[in-house]
Amino acid sequence: MSQPDAAVRDLPVRRRQRPFALLGSELALVFRRRRTWAMLGALALVPILIAVAVKLTTDGDDGGPAFLGDITNNGLFVAFTALTVSIPLFLPLTVGVVAGDTVAGEASHGTIRYLLVAPTGRVRFILVKFAGAVAFCLAATLLVVLVGAAIGAVLFPIGPVTLLSGTQVGGWSYAGRALLLALYVAMSMLGLVAIGMFTSTLTNVPVGAMAATVVLAGASQVLDQLPQLDWLHPFLFSHQWLGFGDLLRDPIAFDSFGSNAVLQLGYVVVFGALAYSRFASKDILS
Amino acid sequence: MSADDHEVRTAGHAVSSADHQASTAGPGPDLAIRTTGLQKVFRKQRAVDGIDLAVPRGAVFGFLGPNGSGKTTTIRMLLGLSSASGGTIELLGEPMPKALHEVLPRVGALVEGPAFYPYLSGRANLQRFDAADPTSDPRTRKARVAGALDRVGLTHAADKKAHAYSLGMKQRLGLANALLSPRDLLVLDEPTNGLDPQGTREVRNLIRSLADDGTTVFVSSHLLAEIEQVCTHAAVMRTGKIVAQGPLDELRAAGARTVTVRTPDVGQAGTVLTRLGLTPRHDGGADVLVADLPNELLPETITAELVRADVRVRGLTVGGGTLEDLFVALTGEGFDVAA
Repeated sequence: MSQPDAAVRDLPVRRRQRPFALLGSELALVFRRRRTWAMLGALALVPILIAVAVKLTTDGDDGGPAFLGDITNNGLFVAFTALTVSIPLFLPLTVGVVAGDTVAGEASHGTIRYLLVAPTGRVRFILVKFAGAVAFCLAATLLVVLVGAAIGAVLFPIGPVTLLSGTQVGGWSYAGRALLLALYVAMSMLGLVAIGMFTSTLTNVPVGAMAATVVLAGASQVLDQLPQLDWLHPFLFSHQWLGFGDLLRDPIAFDSFGSNAVLQLGYVVVFGALAYSRFASKDILS
Repeated sequence: MSADDHEVRTAGHAVSSADHQASTAGPGPDLAIRTTGLQKVFRKQRAVDGIDLAVPRGAVFGFLGPNGSGKTTTIRMLLGLSSASGGTIELLGEPMPKALHEVLPRVGALVEGPAFYPYLSGRANLQRFDAADPTSDPRTRKARVAGALDRVGLTHAADKKAHAYSLGMKQRLGLANALLSPRDLLVLDEPTNGLDPQGTREVRNLIRSLADDGTTVFVSSHLLAEIEQVCTHAAVMRTGKIVAQGPLDELRAAGARTVTVRTPDVGQAGTVLTRLGLTPRHDGGADVLVADLPNELLPETITAELVRADVRVRGLTVGGGTLEDLFVALTGEGFDVAA
């Protein structure tokens, strides 16, 4: 082991505090993992499979849900369909993996203790990890929409779209709505991210936290199906996952966007607070 | 807790004078680490039971103790990773964990072995840990990371993924992480674990060169030979308590020394030793006499007296007085891990 260069040793180190320290590093960490790319790749396959399957089997207009048939008329519907198909299972699955890994993953590697003695404050640590998981949600939904639009444009005709309200809009206007849709679905996942983060503070085994998060996502959707529990439905974090129909009306109604935002925010506040209170006082023994 | 109270608890051994000096060295700036009555209780077990550490600035401080004696638990509390059940901690003169954000950027640490993201390269790992320090300058990050890698001899492996590193390389990378910026205090928990003899020597040299720069080094270990070669001060822990603490010379002096005389004239030699105030005993052979050696009696006095009495001496050795003897005397011989 050698003496350091005087030049290196004398480099100025102490600077003003940077409030966004670690955020860039966290994003790089999330998106440099092969696992992230594998999950994004799987999600990108959803619109491709749908488009190809519809293309190969279309000779009549019978069979399948109505919107699948619509794809043949307009490729732009592929993005919409792919996102709808991903919402119940694929998307919560991948989000659960990322959110469940946030704290428990760092704990299982032991890297959490080196981050904390660096020192990253515990509040900052939680916030940065949350931001990383949210970035994944955005990337996932945008990817599905973009790949869907691309494959749709390749395999099917593109043209003006008839909205649920009966008015026709041009392709570009519809593309804008598809992006809003991606935002809506990413936002829908915030509650799940917060829940996953909380379970992640309870264990040093990331797989456990991931599984618990995904199970909760399934349970919430099952409960949402039981009419006996209709008083509970508005409070389930998955209740408005599919409530994006308003984005396909003219003019766009943002009511569901707003009420879903309030619901998700509620979950973020409650489970964020739980995660924080659990983590702030936790002895890091891993 | 009164001062008398803790004297009683931490004294009880010959080193109590050194201990006394250390714990009354006064508050503040001349101590890099100072704890009073530090405790950690897990359910019913007292992992750390009221310790008063006093690590002078500029010292290389050996923190000794058998496995399970509470060393790592203490270090976790020093660094704010886990909360103390009682007592106070000052790091570099600031209270912990209250001043954690001001103090820790000046502290480099290797806690409980190195830990990395296996899917990132050694270099990327260090860059992430450096980014985690809000006071570190991103513009000098590349150069500082390269400097730290160079200092531990990892430049050639810097861009390999960490999961491909050997244990020794991980240990080096862990040390590099502690050296990312100039530090006032280094806390190294078992820094030579998994290193080959070459690496162990290098770590020793590294600690010396850091100490020469004025960095206080707090190093925990159960490898006594290591500690003895580099440390200026040491503390010995047993089952959550400090049983000895002070400058290394004083600790060594407190360890019982023995003199061993090999001679065919055992009877005569015994008489001489008794006259000098020793109590010789037969130990390990008919021609061997062993006696405890008080500090004030010089070995050369014994030699001179034996020769004057015409005792034929085959050999005279002074044993003990090493850190290991003291360690064993204080913590016991057995293999039992403290429960």
